[in-house]
Amino acid sequence: MEMLKFGKLTALALTLAIAAGCSSKGGDNAGEGAIDPNAGYNANGNGSGLDSSMADEAALRAITTFYFAYDSSDLLPEAMRALDVHAKDLKADGSRVVLQGHTDQRGTREYNMALGERRGMAVQRYLVLQGVSPAQLEVVSYGKERLAATGTDEDSMAQNRRVNLVK
Amino acid sequence: MNTLIRIALLGLALLAGAVQAADPLVISGGNDRAIPIAVVPFGWQGGTVLPQDMAQIIGDDMRNSGIFEPIPAQNMISLPTQASEVIFRDWKALGAQFVMVGSIVPAGGRLQVQFALFNVATEQQVMAGNVSGGMDQLRDMAHYIADQGFEKLTGIQGAFSTRLLFVTAERFAVDSTRYTLQRADYDGARGVTLLQSREPILSPTFAPDGKRIAYVSFEQKRPRIFIQYVDTGRREQLTNFEGLNGAPAWSPEGNRLAFVLSKDGNPEIYVMDLGSRQLRRVTNHFGIDTEPFWGKDGQTIYFTSDRAGKPQIYKTNISSGAVERVTFIGNYNANPKLSADEKTLVMVHRQDGYSVFRVAAQDLTRGTVKILTQSNLDESATIAPNGTMVTYATSSAGRGVLMLASINGRVKIPLPIAAQGEIRAPSWSPFLK
Repeated sequence: MEMLKFGKLTALALTLAIAAGCSSKGGDNAGEGAIDPNAGYNANGNGSGLDSSMADEAALRAITTFYFAYDSSDLLPEAMRALDVHAKDLKADGSRVVLQGHTDQRGTREYNMALGERRGMAVQRYLVLQGVSPAQLEVVSYGKERLAATGTDEDSMAQNRRVNLVK
Repeated sequence: MNTLIRIALLGLALLAGAVQAADPLVISGGNDRAIPIAVVPFGWQGGTVLPQDMAQIIGDDMRNSGIFEPIPAQNMISLPTQASEVIFRDWKALGAQFVMVGSIVPAGGRLQVQFALFNVATEQQVMAGNVSGGMDQLRDMAHYIADQGFEKLTGIQGAFSTRLLFVTAERFAVDSTRYTLQRADYDGARGVTLLQSREPILSPTFAPDGKRIAYVSFEQKRPRIFIQYVDTGRREQLTNFEGLNGAPAWSPEGNRLAFVLSKDGNPEIYVMDLGSRQLRRVTNHFGIDTEPFWGKDGQTIYFTSDRAGKPQIYKTNISSGAVERVTFIGNYNANPKLSADEKTLVMVHRQDGYSVFRVAAQDLTRGTVKILTQSNLDESATIAPNGTMVTYATSSAGRGVLMLASINGRVKIPLPIAAQGEIRAPSWSPFLK
C-alpha cells in the first residue's frame, strides 16, 4: 500500500511538473499537455479496484513513460515495477509494442539518436528478461526530435529523458 | 598595378581551406579591423522599384566573410553608379579602402548589370564586369558579383552563391509537429521546401555534386535514409534496416554513402556503394559509433564514439580498420566536420567542468582547440566550402535558430530565415556550377 501511494504520488507529481513546464513556456504551446498520450490508458475488466493488488497493478499499468537519469540508460526501480506488469500483459496477449527512446536537448542530434536507442534497448532487455518475446518489441529512437518539454531547465530535461511504451 | 599588400589573414589562418594554391593579392595593413568597403547603391534606369537591393546583398556578403566591413549607404557622400562618377576623395574621407559601383539596365525583358571595383588609395580599377539575368535573379547576380569581388581582393574563391539545407520544426503538441526540409541561399534567403512531414526529418546533407541530398526521415515511423534530387524532387529510400538508420555522409566522389546502422545490436558505421548497393561495416565496437565524416582521400572516416566513456572524435581507415583518437580536450566532442584543407576539425564541444555545448575548432596539427561560439546549446556546425564561414544551430530566446559566423570571429549574425518554428540541422552545399 505504501508502494502504491508512492507510485501514484510520483505519477501525479510528474504530471504536474510536466503541465507546469509547459505552461511556463507560454506562446502558442501554452495550453499543450506534454503528457504521454497513453497516460490515460486504463485497463478495463480488472475487477472492482477494491482489491488493493489489482488497483496497484492498474496504477502501474497506466505508467507507460519511464524516466532516466542524465547520461544514463539504467532503469529506475519504479520503471521496473511498471514494466513487470507490462511484461505480464505482453506475455498474456502476445501483442506488439514500440519502445520509443528519447533524450534531453543536450548534445548532437545523431549522438542523441544513439542514446535514445540505448534507453529503448534497456527497456527491451528488461522485458525480454521477464519472458516477453523479442518479436513483440520494437525499439525506435527519436533522440531529441520529439521533446516532451521544450524548456532547457532541469525539470524539462528530466521529462525528456524517457522511453514511451506505445501499443 | 595596385599596391596590394599580402593580408596576414590572422583569423583566416584557422580555416582558410580554399586559399591553398591561390595567391592572395590583397589588401591593407591593419588586420585587426575588417577592411572598409563601400558598395554604392546600384543605379537603376527602370520605372518600378526593384524587389532586391543588389548593393545591400553584396555588402552583406562581404561582411559575412568577416574580412570586410561595408560602409552604410546613408554615410556616403556621393552615389556614383559608374566608373566615371567616382570621386576618390569622398571615399578617402569615409575611410573606404575599396569602392564598388554598379548600374542595372533593362534589356529585352532582362536586366543587364555592370559593375566595377576600385582601390581608393591607388585610385585604380581592380575589377570590372557585367552580368545579366531576370528580375527573379537579382540575388543570384548580387552573389555572383560578391564572389567575383571577394576572390579578386582576397585570392579566396567566393562562396556567396552556395546554398544551405536545413530543417524546420513547427511544434503544436508533443506528438504533433510539422517538419520541413528546406534549401535556401547560404544567407538564409529564398527558402524552398523540399520535403514536408509530420514526422521528424534530420541530418540533411548535400552530395559533392550539389544536385543530390541525403537525409533521415521518420515518415515510416522509423528513421530511414533517403536520397533526393534537389531540382526534380525525385527521391529514393536507400535504407530499411532494423534499428537506427542515420547520419548519412557522402564520400568525396559522391559514389558511396557512410551512415549508421544498429541492426547488429549497437550503432556502427557502414559504407554503402551507391552503384552496387553493397554494404560494408566500418566500425566494430560495443560503444556508440556515429556521425561519420569523410576525409578527402576517400579512405579516412572521422566519427564520434563513446568507446572511452564520453563522446570523443576518432578516425578510422576503412581499408585497414585502424582507429585513432583525434580529440582529447573537453569532455564531449561530437559531430566532426573537416575544413577543406583538412587542417581544422570543427565539432560540438563541451569544456571540462562546463555544461554548455559550443562549436569549437581543433587545429589538427597542433592539437589546440578554439571555441567559436558563445551560447549554450550550439550544434550542427557546417563549414562554407571556402572555409571562411561557419553556420550552426543554436537556441535564441527558447527558439531554434541558425547563426552564421565568420571563421575569424568578427561576424556572428542570425540568419533571417522566413519559416515557422525551430530551425535546425544546417548543411552547407559545395561550390555549385
